[in-house]
Amino acid sequence: MPSSRDVVFVDGVRTPFGRSGPKGLYAETRADDLVVRVIRELIRRNPNLPPERVDEVAIAATTQIGDQGLTIGRSAAVLAGLPKTVPGYAIDRMCAGAMTAVTTVAGGIAFGAYDVAIAGGVEHMGRHPMGEGVDPNPRFLSEKLVDPSALVMGMTAENLHDRYPQITKERADAYAVLSQERAAKAYADGKIQPDLVPTAIRTAEKGWGLAVEDEAPRPGTTMEALSGLKTPFRPHGHVTAGNSSGINDGATGCVVAAADVAAELGLTPKMRLVSYAFAGVDPEVMGVGPIPSTERALRLAGLDISDIGLFEINEAFAVQVLAFLDHFGIAEDDPRVNPYGGAIAYGHPLASSGVRLMTQLARQFGERPDVRYGITTMCVGMGMGGTVIWENLA
Amino acid sequence: MSGIETWRALLGERNPDEVVTTALVRDVQLPGGAGTMALITLDNGFDHTKPNTFGTRGLLALNGALSEIATRTDLAAVGVTGKPFVFAVGADLKGAAEVTSREEALAIAQLGHHVFRRLGELPIPSFAFVNGAAMGGGLEVALHCAYRTISSGVPALALPECSLGLVPGWGGTQLLPRLIGPANAIKLIIENPLAQNRMIKGAQAYELGIADAMFEPADFLEESLRWAARVLKGEVSVERPSHDGWEKAVADARFLVDMKLHGAAPAPYRALDLIALAETATPDEGFAAEDEALADLLMSDELRAGLYAFDLVQRRAKRPVGAPDRSLARKVGKVGVVGAGLMASQMALLFARRLEVPVVLTDLDQARLDKGVGYVHAEVDKLLAKGRVSADQANRLKALVTGSLTKDAFADADFVIEAVFEDMAVKKQVFAEVEAVVSAECVLATNTSSLSLTEMGADLARPERLVGFHFFNPVAVMPLLEIIRGAATDDATLATAFAVGKSLKKSSVLVKDAPAFVVNRLLTRFMGEVISAVDEGTPLETAEHALDGLGLPMTPFALLQLVGPAVGLHVAETLHEAFPDRFGLSENLAKLVAAGKPGVYRPDFTLDPEAVALFEGGAAPSTAEQVRERVLRALATEIRIMLDEGVVAAPEDIDLCMILGAGWPFHLGGITPYLDRTGISQPRFLAPGVASVPA
Repeated sequence: MPSSRDVVFVDGVRTPFGRSGPKGLYAETRADDLVVRVIRELIRRNPNLPPERVDEVAIAATTQIGDQGLTIGRSAAVLAGLPKTVPGYAIDRMCAGAMTAVTTVAGGIAFGAYDVAIAGGVEHMGRHPMGEGVDPNPRFLSEKLVDPSALVMGMTAENLHDRYPQITKERADAYAVLSQERAAKAYADGKIQPDLVPTAIRTAEKGWGLAVEDEAPRPGTTMEALSGLKTPFRPHGHVTAGNSSGINDGATGCVVAAADVAAELGLTPKMRLVSYAFAGVDPEVMGVGPIPSTERALRLAGLDISDIGLFEINEAFAVQVLAFLDHFGIAEDDPRVNPYGGAIAYGHPLASSGVRLMTQLARQFGERPDVRYGITTMCVGMGMGGTVIWENLA
Repeated sequence: MSGIETWRALLGERNPDEVVTTALVRDVQLPGGAGTMALITLDNGFDHTKPNTFGTRGLLALNGALSEIATRTDLAAVGVTGKPFVFAVGADLKGAAEVTSREEALAIAQLGHHVFRRLGELPIPSFAFVNGAAMGGGLEVALHCAYRTISSGVPALALPECSLGLVPGWGGTQLLPRLIGPANAIKLIIENPLAQNRMIKGAQAYELGIADAMFEPADFLEESLRWAARVLKGEVSVERPSHDGWEKAVADARFLVDMKLHGAAPAPYRALDLIALAETATPDEGFAAEDEALADLLMSDELRAGLYAFDLVQRRAKRPVGAPDRSLARKVGKVGVVGAGLMASQMALLFARRLEVPVVLTDLDQARLDKGVGYVHAEVDKLLAKGRVSADQANRLKALVTGSLTKDAFADADFVIEAVFEDMAVKKQVFAEVEAVVSAECVLATNTSSLSLTEMGADLARPERLVGFHFFNPVAVMPLLEIIRGAATDDATLATAFAVGKSLKKSSVLVKDAPAFVVNRLLTRFMGEVISAVDEGTPLETAEHALDGLGLPMTPFALLQLVGPAVGLHVAETLHEAFPDRFGLSENLAKLVAAGKPGVYRPDFTLDPEAVALFEGGAAPSTAEQVRERVLRALATEIRIMLDEGVVAAPEDIDLCMILGAGWPFHLGGITPYLDRTGISQPRFLAPGVASVPA
């Protein structure tokens, strides 16, 4: 068994993301069906990958019950028609679920346990609202292990504004406008569509349809429009629906492989995994998580933040992106950061988002062969951050 | 008034209970910039257990959707698909049964054409995405489209109209032969419906060319839409071969249909005429001819009998009249079979496969026992070789079936059935032995075909647990089970018998304890009259073919050959004993048995002159017509007596038994609708309109 092998990101796709709720794209579509569609598209797009060579299917979901339960990696693999010899399992690290699916199978590949794996995530927040079925241990509060606000993500975002008073609501709104603008431009330039898999949708009332693009983006969003939105987490607070990601439904997936096996099969890798790290922070300010995780990943890679040419940071909240950028001294409109816009526009179906970041970074790498390193990073509930550093193979 | 308004006025309120299949329209952006498709979803609002059908209001709904689509200029294409698991399964049969005039019948035909053909005549291309079961009018919707995709998961695709007494006359007879050629179209339109309504699956439909592309069910619609986009962009071109050989295909089929039906049912002949017409007819001509055929057939008694028979098989067979409440049934966790002969072995295999419980055969002779268990194991191996069971399942089935030389093995059985020699003393002896071993709750069943159940149970300690369980040969194939209630049989026993019958996937009919029950009694009466006519001097061939015009599955002497003259004679003797006035005994038949002949036919199905000679010598020959009338009158008389005796609850049960147990055809409605419509039965068995065109 080889002691370590290079791990590469071969290809990533996702369903269009929908708005959750009774009028959303996927209101009557099952979460596992979204995953099935992603897996089948990956196999279809990579004809050089014999399905039986997939050694693992790791699919993340935050709420693992109902159509997101039943060990969704395995059940979706069977439903997708992969050979029954292909195993699968389910992963949970809340928002960083898909990211963790990638890093976990990557660890297995580096160790030699797998050659090729499919990793991804799904969250149907309409069918599974945040916090569905959770049962927090009373000790969290009785022993003051966490602040009561720690389990409400919007409150943790307000807490971040307290910690970084220089991040005003206006800065957060301005960042949100930028994200929407960049997303609209990316759509107009056809940067997003190639990695979307059109997905059948059906409602009893309307019959069959096809989801072909994200439902959440609001092109033309203005500062003025944002300034009037409510701050549901605090009276006269900072965090609004406009400067946060929404409540969304969607699934993502990617093919990860050992570099030598990708070469043997004739797959075309887009990125090489350089390092990854996860880090814990106080749960009530979970949004700072990407700072320590990125520092750790850079240290493991022997790189400096100045070596990073492209950033894909999940925009759970604008304040959390700004905290990260301020920390590393990066301008909030730096063109290296989320050049296609981010989750404020596209939406954030929790456990699926990590692979969206990777898929978009891979496409940007393709356009920017001059860039060597990029990172994907995100904050995670219960006070965590995750970061993966990638090398451009384009 | 326009055509639509006329049809709406004429038909709109015909069936107020119509389950309306709506046509939901949604715009779909096709991949790759191929434009917008108006995608129609056919959906009646129920789940897959109630499939989409087309009644008047459903047709009008689809028409409305197509009218709206026709006004739009922004569309690149129109698509049609079904609700989950179902595309559409044809016309609303309840509506068809309500039609009382030819004018209405013609209107139904015309309305269907008017709506469906719009799909093929819009200025934009039309696509059908056949996602699930597609039958009859459902398949015709797809045929009218310019292109079709099909899911490899489609479990059933068929044009079953001819089996009921109709033709696929909403375009099927014109469009299908042109698409896949006359010979293949005849297979679907005529041969399959006449062969126990055989259906094909998605992959076969694709191979035949009914669909242009096939995709897996997991993302069937998405990939179909992708394919449609490529067709629209010219990246995929669909080749349609031309077909010839129409004349020969139609002539060959006509020969086969004649062999089977001898003109007894009009529908297959009309279908053949229409298929022949399709070679050269314009759509207007072809569809108009279909309209006329549908109108004629909708107003035919053969169709009404077919609809009646369909309802019996689909509904009455599933809810047997007179069966006690299901909750009274006892659990069956082990089955005993007394005897290890062929019949016993066939039953053991069936019980093991369907109930998946241990089945133990007993016999007094180790060699017979080994042969019986060996038969089951060999049959399981055949199933394995055909891929009908997996290796694990085969191991399981073989392990379930064992043999025992003593009846002690029945001690923990819940259901013991005997299949020993057809002799009252033997059967009573067997049950005495079985009852000494089994628990108080164990149900005892007999597969007797003619002996009295009440007498058989007379000496039992618990006669209430004895029930008749009469299979038909071959056990695995024939769908009928006559369940016989003896004078003492209690409800729990009867309920258990019905529950077991259902688990065996048989259609059970409750029958009173009466000689030879239903099917054998009527077939024996039928045979008895034919043989008497021959005994009296009617040439055997004349009598043999006197009833060809009914389109029965077998001629009388072919049936005798299948049953075996000895068995036939035995049943005839039993019935003669019971009803000497009506069931004669043929000395000539006894001679045939004594001569050891397998029947009057040789293995090559030519008449055996020696056997025929045994029947010669009568001095009062009848004509074919006289034989026919005599047989039918005898049947009508016997059925009337059986109903008066309460052998079954209603004429419907007689018909159900004859359809499922003797294979008598739908166009006769079993038999009583035919006896009614030919005026043989006086008074009628069924009210006018039940299985005939309402007066």
